Amino acid sequence: MSLTVENLRVYYQTLRGDVKALDGATFTLDDGEIMGLAGESGCGKTTLAHSLTRLSPPLRYVEGRVTLDGQELPIADMSRMNDFRMKKLSVIPQYAMNALNPTRKIGTIIRDLLRSRHVEADTSLQELYRRLDLVRLPYDILKRYPIELSGGMKQRMVMVVSTLLNPSLLIADEITSALDVATQKAVAEMLVEFRDRALVKSMVVITHDVSILYQLADSILIMYAGQLSEKASTQTIIRAPRHPYTKLLISSLPTIGVRHAEHKLSGIPGTTPLLLDPPAGCRFRDRCPVAFSKCSEVPPFVEVTDGHWVACWKESETHA
Amino acid sequence: MLSLDGVSKVYNVGTFGGKQLRAVRDVSFDVRDGEAVSLIGESGSGKTTIGKMILRLLSVGSGTISIDGVSIATLRGSGLKEYYRKVQGVFQDPFSSFNPIFKADRMFEVLRQEFYPEASEKEWEEKVHESLRCVGLNPEHVLHKFPHQLSGGQLQRFLIARACLLEIDLLVADEIISMLDASTRIDVLNVLADLKSGGLSLLFITHDLSLAYYISERAVILQRGRVVEMGLTELVFRNPLHPYTRMLMASVPRLDKRWEDTDYGAGEIGRPSELAGSTAEEALADERHTLTQAEPGHFVATSG
Amino acid sequence: MMKTKKGSEFLFFALRNYKLRVGLTVVLVFLAIALVGPSLARNTPFAYANPLGAEPPSGEYWFGTTTFGQDVFAQFVHGLRATFVVGAIGGGLGTFLGVLIGFTAGYRGGLVDEVLNMLTNIVLVIPTMAVLLIITAYLEVRGIITESIFIGLTSWPWVARAIRAQTFSLRSREFVDLARLSGMKPWKIVFCEIAPNMMSYLLLASILQFGGATLNAATLDFIGLGPTTGISLGLMMNNAVLWGALLLGFWWWFVPPGLAITLIVGALYVTNVGLDEVFNPKLREM
Repeated sequence: MSLTVENLRVYYQTLRGDVKALDGATFTLDDGEIMGLAGESGCGKTTLAHSLTRLSPPLRYVEGRVTLDGQELPIADMSRMNDFRMKKLSVIPQYAMNALNPTRKIGTIIRDLLRSRHVEADTSLQELYRRLDLVRLPYDILKRYPIELSGGMKQRMVMVVSTLLNPSLLIADEITSALDVATQKAVAEMLVEFRDRALVKSMVVITHDVSILYQLADSILIMYAGQLSEKASTQTIIRAPRHPYTKLLISSLPTIGVRHAEHKLSGIPGTTPLLLDPPAGCRFRDRCPVAFSKCSEVPPFVEVTDGHWVACWKESETHA
Repeated sequence: MLSLDGVSKVYNVGTFGGKQLRAVRDVSFDVRDGEAVSLIGESGSGKTTIGKMILRLLSVGSGTISIDGVSIATLRGSGLKEYYRKVQGVFQDPFSSFNPIFKADRMFEVLRQEFYPEASEKEWEEKVHESLRCVGLNPEHVLHKFPHQLSGGQLQRFLIARACLLEIDLLVADEIISMLDASTRIDVLNVLADLKSGGLSLLFITHDLSLAYYISERAVILQRGRVVEMGLTELVFRNPLHPYTRMLMASVPRLDKRWEDTDYGAGEIGRPSELAGSTAEEALADERHTLTQAEPGHFVATSG
Repeated sequence: MMKTKKGSEFLFFALRNYKLRVGLTVVLVFLAIALVGPSLARNTPFAYANPLGAEPPSGEYWFGTTTFGQDVFAQFVHGLRATFVVGAIGGGLGTFLGVLIGFTAGYRGGLVDEVLNMLTNIVLVIPTMAVLLIITAYLEVRGIITESIFIGLTSWPWVARAIRAQTFSLRSREFVDLARLSGMKPWKIVFCEIAPNMMSYLLLASILQFGGATLNAATLDFIGLGPTTGISLGLMMNNAVLWGALLLGFWWWFVPPGLAITLIVGALYVTNVGLDEVFNPKLREM
């Protein structure tokens, strides 16, 4: 097992109380697996990314265990996590490409980053050049300032930097959202190549765009309002989902080949619950077409068939 | 209904306006009554500029934009106001479209003051409720609330309701659902489609090909301010002819096919420009292009 | 219908904010003194009341007397009034000009903005001392109003700059586009849509202008470039130094006005900081 997350609970502290942003996440990620993490805004996917790498106020660790390659990660302790970041696990946060210091050359940024991890830049230079070749960036990019690069170039640069020390786990948060279609494809393909060349063992790709996940992920984990809904192989999620939310979500996605006149798609009525004081039990209850009495208890995330996990009373009942 | 003929827009950039940026180059297309046309392009394609010119938020550069045969470039004052009774817009960010310190329905009050000053209380309330129902919103739930108390989808529908209220002929929708959640996107799109069947013309500006396919009868593909292909959506999507369109179709992530299985790609066609503002692409776009008909209802830009 | 929710939230934090309470109290106390003081004073500022000349504070003369036997308390309360008047008029004029130019430049953009920007920069760069010296050479008799106008005409640039910047950023927000699509006239958009969003800044700016004008006036008076008629706190200090109060130890002549200026301007700045905390949630201490 590469990554194991057990019952992870992380809340946001606010003036009005705790926002239960991530409430009980349990899943595993195998070596070599690219898992897509999808869900709508407020579902907790970015919270999950932050919990694994940067759990600092206003985030508050409540309970749960995270193990990577057999070693428990001290996620609640920011300073101890320093030893793990970039070396064992690495994250590409949202808008990373816009967070490059505009007054420094790319080469300097990399050198400083490596230094902070106690790695001398010179020893990694050859490896760096190899990676630049991999993402098809010219070597002279190291002498340029971030403002001279296009969005796609910056994103690829960030990918190179995050994976330079060969982390076991890479978490990529919305790295394709702000790019145009062709660059998106290039970046997605590069992610897969990083895994194929074993530069990174496994990945969690966070996005709201399920169609990109269909192209690059092995498995998909769907989250809703801070809870896990379903995890299965990509094909299963797209073609044969079991959780009511996943079913409604997939069927509401327009794709080329579907026209309004011929096949009118429908969305999911209602809105996501506020997580300051969420409803007890399954949070999708109010919008679910098949909800029944048992749904007032939190459904456990169980494996209904091999590699297919669902958190739904209805579904687990059918396959008990 | 709406007609663009040889429209261009040039910006002067740099200190003291030294350099020129051609945002829109010689664009011509039209939108007929009750029809939805998608304006498809990526960032830098000029699609938002065109939308803003149609809405007269930017001055029309060169060429003509006309509604029902009347050019809009010279409208001002009351003429412009009359124009806004026929043409309205909805934009990308629902939360930016509302003044955060006022309640969301203040927008209706503004419309009343500007367009219907003589309407009575009762009459006006009727109208507002009617237009909200028109977009699938329950007046009880959404009136008298601040924008941050409503969701993005509700806000966008509010804005479409505004357009319903004025009984407009053309709606310019600029990336209106890109900031919405997946489950609400389709609802807003369906509202637009329903309005369209009620006679509203729609200019749907987007970068998302699947949305364009879902809602529009015709599509116009823009690259760097220039029309590279246009025609019936079916034809353009199933049989893309221009290299740029083929590249788009090959790169868009779909839910029914994997990238490896699409048969448009032929290696590195239309490699994304590397450095920002590369001169090679500029030169390419500057070449003379003309639109020729490839098949009935399908036009492609060819150089020469 | 307007900003009830936010309004009451602000009031809540405003009343709890320590700096705001302290600052406002100090200013209001001085304002009260300025309003009722002159009627309490037994003498007029320039009357030669005490035949004995300079005397320390006593039961009869609360703040003592000057070298010429003038009642320092009388001078103080009348001077306080003058200080407030200059602050109000000078600050008010500065704010008004800054608002007018800032909004126009920010909303219109283009050539109008370039021209106004140039104007702002020129006024910012003009050495006000030099101009004032020239003016004093020509105007033999100057009153408080003249001084206020001069201060107002030279202190608006930074307000204009800040407002212009904020207007630029607000103007690109889509609700302004929608206001245009609703047929609203530009001035209406500025005052009904953009300005209300900047209310906190406008309030802060006007308070700062008031404080700045007061300080400015005191400085000018102190170095002798102030009004030739009337009395103000700065003029008191000017006279005190001219007539050797520092050397002769007549502390009651220059300490009250100096302290008053310091406290008033300081209190205004503290109020400003407090208000900033109230308006900007990120600055609030939890």
